[in-house]
Amino acid sequence: MGVRMFGASVKRKEDPAFLSGKGRYVDDIVLPNMAYAAFVRSPFGHARINGIDKSAALAVPGVLAVLAYDDLPETLKERPLPLFVQVAALSQPKMPYTLAVDEVRYVGEPVAVVVAESRYIAEDAAALVDVDYEPLPAVADCLAALAPGAPPVHAGSDNNVAARMPSKIGDVEAAFAGAPHIFKERIFQHRGGAFFMECRGAIGSYDPVLNSLLMYISSQGAHRIKRGLLDLFDLGDHQIRVVTPDVGGGFGPKGSLYVEYPAVAACSMLLGRPVKWIEDRRENFVATHQERDQYWDVEIAVDGNAKILGVRGTMTHDNGAYTPWGIVLPWISVATVPGPYVVPAFHIDMISVLTNKVPATPVRGAGRPQAVVVMERLMDRVALELGLDPAEVRRRNFIQPEQMPYKVGLIFRDGRPVTYDSGDYPACQAAALDAIGYEGFRARQEKARQEGRYIGIGIGNAVEGTGLGPYEGATVRVATNGRLVVYTGATPQGQSHKTTLAQIAADHFGVGIDDISVETSDTATISLGVGSFAARTAVNAGSSVHLAATKVAEKIKLVAADMLEVSPDDLELKDGFVHVKGVEEVRKSFREVAVKAIGMPGFSMAGGLEPGLEHTAYFTPDQSTYANGTTVTEVEVDIETGRVKILRLVLAHDCGRVINPLVVDGQIVGGVAHGVGNALYERLVYDDEGQPLSTNFGEYLLPLAADVPRVEIVHQETPSPLNPLGIKGAGEGGTIPTTASVIGAIEDALSPFGVRIAEAPISPQRIVELLGEAALGRTR
Amino acid sequence: MKPSPFTYHDPQSVAETAAILSEVEDCRLLAGGQSLMPMMNFRFVQPSNLVDLNGVRELAFVREDAGRIAFGAMTRQRTLERSAGLRESCPIIPLALSHVGHRQTRARGTIGGSLCHFDPSAELCNLAALHEAELVLARRGGERALPFAEFGVGYLTTAVEPDEFLREVRFRRWPQGHGYAFEEFAMRHGDFAICAISCLVTLAPSGAVDDIAIAVSGVGAVPFRLGEAEASARGERPGHDLYRALATAASKVEAMSDSYVSAGYRQHLARILTYRAVKSAVENAGMRAAA
Repeated sequence: MGVRMFGASVKRKEDPAFLSGKGRYVDDIVLPNMAYAAFVRSPFGHARINGIDKSAALAVPGVLAVLAYDDLPETLKERPLPLFVQVAALSQPKMPYTLAVDEVRYVGEPVAVVVAESRYIAEDAAALVDVDYEPLPAVADCLAALAPGAPPVHAGSDNNVAARMPSKIGDVEAAFAGAPHIFKERIFQHRGGAFFMECRGAIGSYDPVLNSLLMYISSQGAHRIKRGLLDLFDLGDHQIRVVTPDVGGGFGPKGSLYVEYPAVAACSMLLGRPVKWIEDRRENFVATHQERDQYWDVEIAVDGNAKILGVRGTMTHDNGAYTPWGIVLPWISVATVPGPYVVPAFHIDMISVLTNKVPATPVRGAGRPQAVVVMERLMDRVALELGLDPAEVRRRNFIQPEQMPYKVGLIFRDGRPVTYDSGDYPACQAAALDAIGYEGFRARQEKARQEGRYIGIGIGNAVEGTGLGPYEGATVRVATNGRLVVYTGATPQGQSHKTTLAQIAADHFGVGIDDISVETSDTATISLGVGSFAARTAVNAGSSVHLAATKVAEKIKLVAADMLEVSPDDLELKDGFVHVKGVEEVRKSFREVAVKAIGMPGFSMAGGLEPGLEHTAYFTPDQSTYANGTTVTEVEVDIETGRVKILRLVLAHDCGRVINPLVVDGQIVGGVAHGVGNALYERLVYDDEGQPLSTNFGEYLLPLAADVPRVEIVHQETPSPLNPLGIKGAGEGGTIPTTASVIGAIEDALSPFGVRIAEAPISPQRIVELLGEAALGRTR
Repeated sequence: MKPSPFTYHDPQSVAETAAILSEVEDCRLLAGGQSLMPMMNFRFVQPSNLVDLNGVRELAFVREDAGRIAFGAMTRQRTLERSAGLRESCPIIPLALSHVGHRQTRARGTIGGSLCHFDPSAELCNLAALHEAELVLARRGGERALPFAEFGVGYLTTAVEPDEFLREVRFRRWPQGHGYAFEEFAMRHGDFAICAISCLVTLAPSGAVDDIAIAVSGVGAVPFRLGEAEASARGERPGHDLYRALATAASKVEAMSDSYVSAGYRQHLARILTYRAVKSAVENAGMRAAA
């Protein structure tokens, strides 16, 4: 080979299969004698269950079983789903049972499951399961849920506070006491859901002879799901295997353990047949976790030069009915607020509130886009009030590269102090502004206004904790036929792990990426795994592949050195052979070396080596590594209709060393689409009783291809000192600064009318409302 | 999202269709399926019988004569959009169809299916109001023709009886060189219109408005014409004052509100888009007359 794979824009290994329809998703797996499940879900935001009559459903020809809570295996009746991220601040941890016991707390909560010979029959019968609901008062809005006398989301609770947590830096009272300028904002933010193309799905296949359970689940990590199933069933480590095949998008919510998984397992155990459940899109809208609402009441204190003295306020977060991710999501939001700026004093009180809605858990960006909107709204406010250029206000407040590593003073959700390891924030913003032509923008804006066109520019700066621990492992093995394989618990959902992890391994063996198989997310192939979320796979799994491949390559040389009677230092690896440097004919194939390394039956191992050409490494980062990015967006607003058109969007970002620029570009463009959706389109509407009103793609609007601008990308590379490859995460960097930038640009476009925007997303209707009389335009 | 059980019927002619409809109860007609199939999959509708019109070839046609243009109910939207003849005689049809869903849905969707579904935001319902359409309903042993105003009864509701089906739609034909415009606001291209305003106009040699039609859809429960405003515009000189007067009239119509869009915003858009539509129609009438 000789061509270095790390850093090369090689095409994805995954693409030929995906593009030719040969991807293998859960729904493509058909096991012999398989049956099909459909769930009976609560139509109420809150209700007591007084009884369930299954007789009509059981009478439908083709129905095999109808299970409610009472029919579950004993362990599932005793145990709710496990909570993996318990922290002290979570005062009301709430986890559901596999099927509702006697109370439902959100529309879509599973009450019963029907198994039949086909999904059609299962759905026919599910409609006939007669559940006697007694509706209870429900509360949908998180502010309403905090009000005195609000109905409890869980009957019998005193209040709806799931958690309260203060986050503090320095002495905020003192910072505000003498501040020359204090500006206050109340900002409402809503993020929708993940809305991956492939909905969730699970197959449970119980083997009564071995008393073992095999599950295929569309997830973001098979190992955590196995851990949950181990907690729920009385089975041994060897009796549960979870496999995640190809996954069509995850974005966070597929990382949770959902009640449907043990339910499907229980059905398979009961029937002794494989049982498949595939989530349909309507279920996806009501039963897959979402992100939703945050209300921010914040104020900023600055000195006469626009330097930040302090930020304080409260943030109220809509948690939904259960707490599967504890306080992770609102915690990340608050810890992200300071971003790339020096904030000497800070105090935000976070309140996470239970509501009668499906749980809120992280979606790509995981609460960070909201934090960036908050901080950048404040920066724009400072610029407006002090008559300064918005870019200049940011420049005056940036953490400088020479201040790295920089301790922000907060604790991040990884449990470690937020310490930015590296990055050049002023340079990143400068590069983005340069690319969009910020210098000349005001002149262009003035000219457009003379033509009756309203254009604006907005800046979003973000710092993102990526590469979160605890670890992700990799086993690198050379099989006895000489073929290379990498096993990892990392779980690709479209991120190209099979390409990028192969790139990292390939350089150690002098081979191409197609010579290495990367096998992901099967609990039978590697014992520990965490999964792919939080922009953590390249850092954790990538580093582990690097460490394991280093060991295996060394061992190839050691074994071959003995075979060739040379020093290991005189050997190099290339194209499936290990040869003497400069004398390529003197060589052994990987196959020969691998066979030698496993020994011969009955003979002693030579040289005291451990058998086998394989090594498993678990890279465990000390803390998160912090990526950063700047989005600058130029928009045009039609003041008569409120329509926003994105004219240009530049994203400059720094994710450390880039494994594959093509893959990073793809991540960024996809991430920007999410950010644009969160700024302009995506909205999950509920009524006051918690009834979801957005339950299809005609009501919930994702940006279509034509709504996503061409993204102009500027790469910066500041290596992370925290891992051997210098990598930072890249999966969310497109999303996080983008929403703030679009919102800022709209406000800038409307500045002649004095419009201020304190919400995201923003609709054309809302823009017209904010414009008032001005929106009459020519018709006045 | 699987439909509930139903019996599938596959007639090959108008007569066969009429015979089936006279015999079965609780029936839905399948045209392009772009609304009905999702509704069945969601189980919002659960018909016992589904009569598929896609085999009835005689229902797909476009015929033009001096006074009107007739469409078979099963004529695909994509056919209308790409018709060279319509581009000449009735250019607002291809223009409006570019707002209907997406190319893939227009390839299946039909004019009759859209009219019978009678979604208040449907572009084809707007055009039917604009062109004073006449709708021919067939049943076993006969047929009747209804004016559009009597065809639409209310929100998603038409006067079609259970044993009837739409056979043909006839649009009033406007003279060559008429001005036309179709202004629509939807959240994304291809979405249901929050408001759409169509306008046809002819100018007298003096430059004054000779005839004008303005239809509003997406705003009320059914599409409608701005009849009084149209009458007051005839004989007037086009220009800002006229456009503004028509826009003001449009802003006073009764409007729906829902969880996403307020009545006030719909009225505001009716105002803005009426101004734009009339102005644009007048301008291209002038150009087309000159050409």
